[in-house]
Amino acid sequence: MSPRISEIWVYLSASPLLGLTLTLLAYQAAVVINQRCREHPLTNPVLLSVAALVLLLWVTGTPYPVYFDGAQFVHFLLGPATVALAIPLYAQLPRLKRMALPLLLALLAGSLSAALSAVLIGDLLGASDATLMSLAPKSVTTPIAMGIAERIGGLPSLTAVLVILTGILGAVGAPALYTALKIKDPAVRGFALGTASHGIGTARAFQENEQSGAFAALAMGLNGLLTAVLLPWLMPPLMRWLA
Amino acid sequence: MLTAITLLLIFQLAGEAISVFFALPVPGPVIGMALLFAVLAWRGGPSTELRETAQKLLQHLSLLFVPAGVGIMLHWQRLSEEWQPLLVALVASSFITITITALVLHALTHRKAASTTPEQEP
Repeated sequence: MSPRISEIWVYLSASPLLGLTLTLLAYQAAVVINQRCREHPLTNPVLLSVAALVLLLWVTGTPYPVYFDGAQFVHFLLGPATVALAIPLYAQLPRLKRMALPLLLALLAGSLSAALSAVLIGDLLGASDATLMSLAPKSVTTPIAMGIAERIGGLPSLTAVLVILTGILGAVGAPALYTALKIKDPAVRGFALGTASHGIGTARAFQENEQSGAFAALAMGLNGLLTAVLLPWLMPPLMRWLA
Repeated sequence: MLTAITLLLIFQLAGEAISVFFALPVPGPVIGMALLFAVLAWRGGPSTELRETAQKLLQHLSLLFVPAGVGIMLHWQRLSEEWQPLLVALVASSFITITITALVLHALTHRKAASTTPEQEP
Protein backbone atom coordinates (compact mmCIF):
# COMPACT_ATOMS: atom_id res chain seq x y z
CA MET A 1 0.00 0.00 0.00
CA SER A 2 1.27 3.46 -0.84
CA PRO A 3 1.30 5.88 2.10
CA ARG A 4 -1.63 7.84 0.72
CA ILE A 5 -3.91 4.82 0.40
CA SER A 6 -3.04 3.68 3.91
CA GLU A 7 -3.90 7.19 5.18
CA ILE A 8 -7.29 6.97 3.51
CA TRP A 9 -7.78 3.50 5.04
CA VAL A 10 -6.92 4.77 8.52
CA TYR A 11 -9.48 7.56 8.13
CA LEU A 12 -12.25 5.43 6.63
CA SER A 13 -11.82 2.43 8.92
CA ALA A 14 -12.39 4.69 11.93
CA SER A 15 -15.71 6.02 10.59
CA PRO A 16 -19.05 4.22 11.02
CA LEU A 17 -19.70 4.61 7.29
CA LEU A 18 -17.36 1.77 6.38
CA GLY A 19 -18.90 -0.87 8.69
CA LEU A 20 -22.39 0.02 7.49
CA THR A 21 -21.50 0.02 3.78
CA LEU A 22 -19.58 -3.25 4.07
CA THR A 23 -22.53 -4.93 5.82
CA LEU A 24 -24.92 -3.90 3.05
CA LEU A 25 -22.46 -4.87 0.31
CA ALA A 26 -21.71 -8.27 1.84
CA TYR A 27 -25.41 -8.99 2.30
CA GLN A 28 -26.36 -8.01 -1.25
CA ALA A 29 -23.52 -10.08 -2.70
CA ALA A 30 -24.70 -13.00 -0.53
CA VAL A 31 -28.27 -12.60 -1.83
CA VAL A 32 -27.05 -12.63 -5.45
CA ILE A 33 -25.05 -15.82 -4.78
CA ASN A 34 -28.07 -17.34 -3.00
CA GLN A 35 -30.31 -16.59 -5.98
CA ARG A 36 -27.75 -17.89 -8.49
CA CYS A 37 -27.73 -21.16 -6.52
CA ARG A 38 -31.56 -21.26 -6.64
CA GLU A 39 -31.80 -20.41 -2.92
CA HIS A 40 -29.86 -23.50 -1.93
CA PRO A 41 -29.95 -23.60 1.91
CA LEU A 42 -26.14 -23.90 2.13
CA THR A 43 -25.82 -20.48 0.51
CA ASN A 44 -27.88 -18.93 3.32
CA PRO A 45 -27.41 -15.12 3.12
CA VAL A 46 -26.71 -14.74 6.87
CA LEU A 47 -24.09 -17.49 6.76
CA LEU A 48 -22.34 -16.10 3.66
CA SER A 49 -22.29 -12.45 4.77
CA VAL A 50 -21.14 -13.24 8.32
CA ALA A 51 -18.34 -15.47 6.99
CA ALA A 52 -17.22 -12.81 4.48
CA LEU A 53 -17.26 -10.01 7.06
CA VAL A 54 -15.45 -12.03 9.75
CA LEU A 55 -12.76 -12.92 7.22
CA LEU A 56 -12.44 -9.29 6.11
CA LEU A 57 -12.23 -7.93 9.67
CA TRP A 58 -9.70 -10.60 10.58
CA VAL A 59 -7.49 -9.92 7.53
CA THR A 60 -7.55 -6.15 8.10
CA GLY A 61 -7.13 -6.53 11.88
CA THR A 62 -10.29 -4.51 12.56
CA PRO A 63 -11.74 -5.03 16.07
CA TYR A 64 -15.45 -5.94 16.29
CA PRO A 65 -16.49 -2.80 18.22
CA VAL A 66 -15.08 -0.59 15.41
CA TYR A 67 -17.13 -2.55 12.87
CA PHE A 68 -20.24 -2.50 15.07
CA ASP A 69 -20.06 1.31 15.29
CA GLY A 70 -21.35 1.33 11.73
CA ALA A 71 -23.29 -1.92 11.67
CA GLN A 72 -25.40 -0.88 14.66
CA PHE A 73 -27.68 1.11 12.34
CA VAL A 74 -28.70 -2.15 10.66
CA HIS A 75 -28.83 -3.94 14.03
CA PHE A 76 -31.24 -1.29 15.34
CA LEU A 77 -33.86 -2.18 12.72
CA LEU A 78 -34.31 -5.62 14.35
CA GLY A 79 -36.61 -3.97 16.91
CA PRO A 80 -39.16 -2.42 14.51
CA ALA A 81 -38.89 -5.50 12.24
CA THR A 82 -39.86 -7.74 15.17
CA VAL A 83 -42.89 -5.53 15.85
CA ALA A 84 -43.76 -5.67 12.12
CA LEU A 85 -44.06 -9.48 12.37
CA ALA A 86 -47.51 -8.84 13.87
CA ILE A 87 -48.81 -7.99 10.38
CA PRO A 88 -48.22 -11.32 8.56
CA LEU A 89 -49.27 -13.00 11.80
CA TYR A 90 -52.60 -11.16 11.70
CA ALA A 91 -53.17 -12.38 8.15
CA GLN A 92 -53.15 -15.95 9.53
CA LEU A 93 -55.62 -15.21 12.34
CA PRO A 94 -58.43 -17.55 11.13
CA ARG A 95 -56.04 -20.48 10.80
CA LEU A 96 -54.38 -19.67 14.13
CA LYS A 97 -57.74 -19.84 15.92
CA ARG A 98 -58.53 -23.17 14.35
CA MET A 99 -55.11 -24.62 15.26
CA ALA A 100 -54.64 -23.09 18.71
CA LEU A 101 -54.42 -26.29 20.76
CA PRO A 102 -52.19 -28.29 18.36
CA LEU A 103 -49.89 -25.26 18.11
CA LEU A 104 -49.53 -24.97 21.89
CA LEU A 105 -48.82 -28.69 22.31
CA ALA A 106 -46.26 -28.68 19.49
CA LEU A 107 -44.67 -25.60 21.04
CA LEU A 108 -44.32 -27.28 24.44
CA ALA A 109 -42.76 -30.38 22.86
CA GLY A 110 -40.40 -28.29 20.74
CA SER A 111 -39.37 -25.91 23.50
CA LEU A 112 -38.48 -28.74 25.90
CA SER A 113 -36.65 -30.80 23.31
CA ALA A 114 -34.59 -27.78 22.19
CA ALA A 115 -33.20 -27.04 25.65
CA LEU A 116 -32.96 -30.62 26.96
CA SER A 117 -31.33 -32.17 23.89
CA ALA A 118 -28.70 -29.42 23.69
CA VAL A 119 -27.79 -29.60 27.40
CA LEU A 120 -27.76 -33.42 27.56
CA ILE A 121 -25.65 -33.85 24.42
CA GLY A 122 -23.28 -31.07 25.48
CA ASP A 123 -22.87 -32.65 28.93
CA LEU A 124 -22.31 -36.11 27.45
CA LEU A 125 -19.47 -34.71 25.31
CA GLY A 126 -17.87 -32.89 28.25
CA ALA A 127 -18.83 -29.25 27.80
CA SER A 128 -18.22 -27.04 30.87
CA ASP A 129 -21.12 -25.93 33.11
CA ALA A 130 -20.96 -22.30 31.94
CA THR A 131 -21.11 -23.49 28.33
CA LEU A 132 -24.12 -25.73 29.09
CA MET A 133 -25.98 -22.84 30.72
CA SER A 134 -25.19 -20.66 27.72
CA LEU A 135 -26.36 -23.43 25.40
CA ALA A 136 -29.76 -24.07 27.04
CA PRO A 137 -31.65 -21.06 25.57
CA LYS A 138 -30.05 -21.27 22.09
CA SER A 139 -33.33 -21.77 20.19
CA VAL A 140 -34.77 -18.50 21.46
CA THR A 141 -34.46 -15.08 19.81
CA THR A 142 -31.20 -13.30 20.82
CA PRO A 143 -32.44 -10.69 23.34
CA ILE A 144 -34.60 -13.20 25.27
CA ALA A 145 -31.86 -15.86 25.15
CA MET A 146 -29.29 -13.46 26.58
CA GLY A 147 -31.64 -12.52 29.41
CA ILE A 148 -32.27 -16.20 30.23
CA ALA A 149 -28.54 -17.05 30.12
CA GLU A 150 -27.84 -14.28 32.59
CA ARG A 151 -30.49 -15.55 34.99
CA ILE A 152 -29.44 -19.21 34.94
CA GLY A 153 -25.69 -18.55 35.12
CA GLY A 154 -24.51 -18.72 31.52
CA LEU A 155 -22.47 -16.21 29.51
CA PRO A 156 -24.87 -13.90 27.63
CA SER A 157 -22.44 -12.96 24.85
CA LEU A 158 -21.58 -16.63 24.21
CA THR A 159 -25.32 -17.35 24.13
CA ALA A 160 -25.74 -14.68 21.44
CA VAL A 161 -23.23 -16.52 19.24
CA LEU A 162 -24.82 -19.94 19.86
CA VAL A 163 -28.24 -18.47 19.06
CA ILE A 164 -27.00 -17.18 15.69
CA LEU A 165 -25.34 -20.53 14.90
CA THR A 166 -28.55 -22.39 15.82
CA GLY A 167 -30.52 -20.09 13.56
CA ILE A 168 -28.19 -20.70 10.63
CA LEU A 169 -28.11 -24.49 11.22
CA GLY A 170 -31.90 -24.70 11.28
CA ALA A 171 -32.33 -22.54 8.20
CA VAL A 172 -29.71 -24.57 6.32
CA GLY A 173 -30.91 -28.02 7.45
CA ALA A 174 -34.70 -27.71 7.64
CA PRO A 175 -35.59 -27.99 3.92
CA ALA A 176 -33.80 -31.34 3.54
CA LEU A 177 -35.26 -32.53 6.84
CA TYR A 178 -38.80 -31.65 5.74
CA THR A 179 -38.29 -33.50 2.47
CA ALA A 180 -37.18 -36.59 4.40
CA LEU A 181 -40.15 -36.30 6.81
CA LYS A 182 -42.55 -35.53 3.93
CA ILE A 183 -43.82 -32.38 5.68
CA LYS A 184 -45.43 -30.09 3.09
CA ASP A 185 -47.91 -27.91 4.99
CA PRO A 186 -46.37 -24.38 5.06
CA ALA A 187 -47.86 -23.78 8.53
CA VAL A 188 -46.09 -26.84 10.00
CA ARG A 189 -42.82 -26.10 8.17
CA GLY A 190 -42.80 -22.52 9.43
CA PHE A 191 -43.87 -23.29 12.99
CA ALA A 192 -41.21 -25.95 13.58
CA LEU A 193 -38.49 -23.78 12.05
CA GLY A 194 -39.50 -20.77 14.14
CA THR A 195 -39.51 -22.90 17.31
CA ALA A 196 -36.03 -24.33 16.67
CA SER A 197 -34.35 -21.40 14.93
CA HIS A 198 -36.10 -18.14 16.00
CA GLY A 199 -35.63 -15.11 13.70
CA ILE A 200 -33.13 -16.59 11.25
CA GLY A 201 -35.45 -19.56 10.78
CA THR A 202 -38.31 -17.08 10.36
CA ALA A 203 -36.38 -15.20 7.68
CA ARG A 204 -35.80 -18.50 5.87
CA ALA A 205 -39.50 -19.41 6.23
CA PHE A 206 -40.50 -16.08 4.64
CA GLN A 207 -38.27 -17.06 1.71
CA GLU A 208 -40.54 -20.07 1.18
CA ASN A 209 -43.81 -18.16 1.47
CA GLU A 210 -45.70 -15.68 3.60
CA GLN A 211 -47.83 -18.26 5.44
CA SER A 212 -44.78 -20.24 6.49
CA GLY A 213 -43.14 -16.99 7.65
CA ALA A 214 -46.16 -15.98 9.71
CA PHE A 215 -46.25 -19.30 11.57
CA ALA A 216 -42.48 -19.11 12.14
CA ALA A 217 -42.89 -15.63 13.61
CA LEU A 218 -45.63 -16.92 15.91
CA ALA A 219 -43.47 -19.85 17.04
CA MET A 220 -40.51 -17.56 17.66
CA GLY A 221 -42.53 -15.24 19.87
CA LEU A 222 -44.27 -18.04 21.80
CA ASN A 223 -41.10 -20.08 22.28
CA GLY A 224 -39.36 -16.97 23.62
CA LEU A 225 -42.09 -16.52 26.23
CA LEU A 226 -42.30 -20.20 27.17
CA THR A 227 -38.53 -20.76 27.44
CA ALA A 228 -38.14 -17.65 29.58
CA VAL A 229 -40.67 -19.15 32.01
CA LEU A 230 -39.47 -22.79 31.86
CA LEU A 231 -35.67 -22.63 31.97
CA PRO A 232 -35.09 -20.72 35.23
CA TRP A 233 -36.85 -23.48 37.21
CA LEU A 234 -35.89 -26.41 34.96
CA MET A 235 -32.13 -25.84 34.83
CA PRO A 236 -31.10 -25.98 38.55
CA PRO A 237 -32.57 -29.49 39.17
CA LEU A 238 -31.27 -30.67 35.79
CA MET A 239 -27.74 -29.50 36.59
CA ARG A 240 -27.88 -31.16 40.02
CA TRP A 241 -28.96 -34.39 38.32
CA LEU A 242 -26.13 -34.17 35.78
CA ALA A 243 -23.44 -33.34 38.37
CA MET B 1 -44.12 4.88 4.89
CA LEU B 2 -43.19 7.45 7.53
CA THR B 3 -46.44 7.00 9.47
CA ALA B 4 -46.04 3.22 9.38
CA ILE B 5 -42.45 3.35 10.68
CA THR B 6 -43.49 5.79 13.41
CA LEU B 7 -46.28 3.41 14.40
CA LEU B 8 -43.87 0.44 14.59
CA LEU B 9 -41.48 2.47 16.76
CA ILE B 10 -44.32 3.56 19.06
CA PHE B 11 -45.32 -0.07 19.62
CA GLN B 12 -41.68 -1.03 20.22
CA LEU B 13 -41.37 1.82 22.71
CA ALA B 14 -44.56 0.72 24.51
CA GLY B 15 -43.19 -2.84 24.60
CA GLU B 16 -39.86 -1.66 26.04
CA ALA B 17 -41.67 0.41 28.68
CA ILE B 18 -43.82 -2.57 29.75
CA SER B 19 -40.80 -4.89 29.80
CA VAL B 20 -38.78 -2.55 32.03
CA PHE B 21 -41.69 -1.53 34.26
CA PHE B 22 -42.74 -5.10 35.10
CA ALA B 23 -39.12 -6.42 34.99
CA LEU B 24 -40.15 -9.07 32.44
CA PRO B 25 -37.60 -11.46 30.87
CA VAL B 26 -39.31 -10.85 27.49
CA PRO B 27 -37.72 -8.07 25.42
CA GLY B 28 -39.65 -4.95 24.37
CA PRO B 29 -39.94 -5.66 20.61
CA VAL B 30 -41.61 -9.06 21.27
CA ILE B 31 -44.13 -7.40 23.61
CA GLY B 32 -44.57 -4.69 20.95
CA MET B 33 -45.37 -7.40 18.40
CA ALA B 34 -47.99 -8.91 20.73
CA LEU B 35 -49.52 -5.46 21.37
CA LEU B 36 -49.72 -4.62 17.66
CA PHE B 37 -51.21 -8.06 16.95
CA ALA B 38 -53.86 -7.48 19.64
CA VAL B 39 -54.71 -4.03 18.23
CA LEU B 40 -54.96 -5.42 14.68
CA ALA B 41 -57.25 -8.24 15.83
CA TRP B 42 -59.39 -5.71 17.71
CA ARG B 43 -59.53 -2.97 15.05
CA GLY B 44 -59.69 -5.29 12.03
CA GLY B 45 -56.45 -5.36 10.08
CA PRO B 46 -53.58 -3.07 9.06
CA SER B 47 -53.80 -0.15 6.63
CA THR B 48 -52.37 -0.69 3.15
CA GLU B 49 -49.47 1.58 4.07
CA LEU B 50 -48.60 -0.40 7.21
CA ARG B 51 -48.88 -3.70 5.36
CA GLU B 52 -46.58 -2.55 2.55
CA THR B 53 -43.99 -1.09 4.92
CA ALA B 54 -43.93 -4.26 7.01
CA GLN B 55 -43.50 -6.33 3.87
CA LYS B 56 -40.51 -4.21 2.74
CA LEU B 57 -38.88 -4.41 6.17
CA LEU B 58 -39.39 -8.19 6.50
CA GLN B 59 -38.19 -8.89 2.98
CA HIS B 60 -34.64 -8.33 4.23
CA LEU B 61 -35.03 -9.74 7.73
CA SER B 62 -31.86 -11.84 7.21
CA LEU B 63 -29.74 -8.68 6.79
CA LEU B 64 -30.65 -7.51 10.28
CA PHE B 65 -28.95 -10.53 11.92
CA VAL B 66 -25.61 -9.97 10.21
CA PRO B 67 -24.07 -7.43 12.65
CA ALA B 68 -24.82 -9.67 15.68
CA GLY B 69 -23.58 -12.71 13.74
CA VAL B 70 -20.18 -11.12 13.11
CA GLY B 71 -19.87 -11.00 16.93
CA ILE B 72 -18.83 -14.65 16.70
CA MET B 73 -15.26 -13.35 16.35
CA LEU B 74 -15.33 -12.28 20.01
CA HIS B 75 -15.63 -15.92 21.15
CA TRP B 76 -12.87 -17.55 19.14
CA GLN B 77 -11.12 -18.73 22.32
CA ARG B 78 -13.98 -20.70 23.90
CA LEU B 79 -15.30 -21.88 20.55
CA SER B 80 -11.92 -23.35 19.59
CA GLU B 81 -11.62 -25.06 23.01
CA GLU B 82 -15.13 -26.56 23.11
CA TRP B 83 -16.03 -26.72 19.44
CA GLN B 84 -16.70 -30.46 19.35
CA PRO B 85 -19.42 -30.71 22.03
CA LEU B 86 -20.89 -27.41 20.86
CA LEU B 87 -21.06 -28.41 17.21
CA VAL B 88 -22.60 -31.82 17.90
CA ALA B 89 -25.06 -30.38 20.46
CA LEU B 90 -26.16 -27.55 18.14
CA VAL B 91 -26.56 -29.69 15.02
CA ALA B 92 -28.28 -32.62 16.75
CA SER B 93 -30.50 -30.41 18.90
CA SER B 94 -31.64 -28.31 15.90
CA PHE B 95 -32.62 -31.44 13.99
CA ILE B 96 -34.30 -33.05 17.00
CA THR B 97 -36.28 -29.88 17.77
CA ILE B 98 -37.47 -29.35 14.19
CA THR B 99 -38.41 -33.02 13.81
CA ILE B 100 -40.33 -33.29 17.09
CA THR B 101 -42.19 -29.97 16.64
CA ALA B 102 -43.10 -30.71 13.01
CA LEU B 103 -44.23 -34.28 13.70
CA VAL B 104 -46.35 -33.34 16.74
CA LEU B 105 -48.04 -30.47 14.87
CA HIS B 106 -48.48 -32.56 11.73
CA ALA B 107 -50.08 -35.44 13.66
CA LEU B 108 -52.42 -33.14 15.63
CA THR B 109 -53.54 -30.94 12.72
CA HIS B 110 -54.13 -33.83 10.35
CA ARG B 111 -56.35 -35.68 12.78
CA LYS B 112 -58.23 -32.46 13.53
CA ALA B 113 -58.46 -31.49 9.86
CA ALA B 114 -60.41 -34.64 9.04
CA SER B 115 -63.29 -33.58 11.29
CA THR B 116 -63.50 -29.90 10.12
CA THR B 117 -62.24 -28.93 6.67
CA PRO B 118 -60.23 -31.11 4.30
CA GLU B 119 -56.61 -29.90 4.64
CA GLN B 120 -54.95 -28.81 1.41
CA GLU B 121 -52.13 -31.13 0.44
CA PRO B 122 -49.94 -29.32 -2.08
